Amino acid sequence: MLDSGGKGSGAMAWHETLIAKLKLCDVQLVTYVPDTVLRPLIEAVEADPFFEVVVCAREEEAIGISTGSILAGRNSVVLMQTSGLATLANVIASLPVPYQVPVLMVISERGVLGEFNRVQLQVAKTMRPILDASGVDHVTLTRAEEMDFVTERTFDQALQTRTPTALILSPLLTGGKSAKK
Amino acid sequence: MTMMNETLLNRHETICRAVAALDDRDAVIGGIGNTNFDLWASGPRPANFYMLGSMGLAFPIALGVALAQPERKVVALEGDGSLLMQLGCLSTIAICAPANLTMIVFDNAMYQITGGQKTATASGADLIGIARSSGLTESHWAEGAADFDRLYAAALARSGPSLIGVPTDAAKAVGTTDRDPAKIRITFSEAMTA
Repeated sequence: MLDSGGKGSGAMAWHETLIAKLKLCDVQLVTYVPDTVLRPLIEAVEADPFFEVVVCAREEEAIGISTGSILAGRNSVVLMQTSGLATLANVIASLPVPYQVPVLMVISERGVLGEFNRVQLQVAKTMRPILDASGVDHVTLTRAEEMDFVTERTFDQALQTRTPTALILSPLLTGGKSAKK
Repeated sequence: MTMMNETLLNRHETICRAVAALDDRDAVIGGIGNTNFDLWASGPRPANFYMLGSMGLAFPIALGVALAQPERKVVALEGDGSLLMQLGCLSTIAICAPANLTMIVFDNAMYQITGGQKTATASGADLIGIARSSGLTESHWAEGAADFDRLYAAALARSGPSLIGVPTDAAKAVGTTDRDPAKIRITFSEAMTA
């Protein structure tokens, strides 16, 4: 039974599962640009001394900081929303992908399943084409019961194959953002 | 550039002096284009990283290296056009306040590699003033080679981020970086984890 209100079917909420898997993969540095849907994840990593957290002015910066950290031996993840990814084609295609630096990205998906803002709808259509064209692997999480397995295997695969990889969080998983909220 | 009668320094000569003052373990991040061409021309050095694209990200990359390797000094080299593209990173670096990061911006007031079009610094934009207003209080213009050496030594000795603005001449870069991203990454990462 899927609860789209942000709780998983098991004992852990989606953001708790993500934190557990980031720790399992020793991902210590978190860079992000704020997002409403990601708020519980952002608040949890900021409260957890395992993580060093950097809030950035732009997603491009976040990719640069995370790339530098991984180059220097410490794994890192970038948190952003769909419109943030849409700003990144040049830096992804010219930095982590060709240098084979496994930057992890967690993207909260907007522009689908009840979007109320016309501009978000259009921006969302650029996300997967940008990821595909720039050489970033991506997996969309929709089901809480698959989250544990898919997240762990996706992070492992990214790090072991040195492939920048995005985990897209569907509103089916997070509840997303709608005009009714 | 905002100073009148400033002494223009040469980018390649300044980079050679900056690199020579470092320990082999210390990282140097070269920004896109002429900045990393002149770093390349300063001689082979495993702890150098050469950014082939991603214009504007030399300082953010250097911040990531500095956070991951707090026991090493990290020096970042950037051009005025590149920094103008990513001014927000200055406030991010100010918030993080890494103890071990020294940034150098070479300001020749032009987009040299694309034909010498003027940057905003030619019309008065002051990158050091912008950096200070972004929270990087230890940001200073170098007034000649001796002043650069003094500022650089102080920056390396300081616990906290520093930015040195270098009014730069129009000389072309001395070399051209070998554009092999995988090789650059492997060499640099091995040096950082050794």
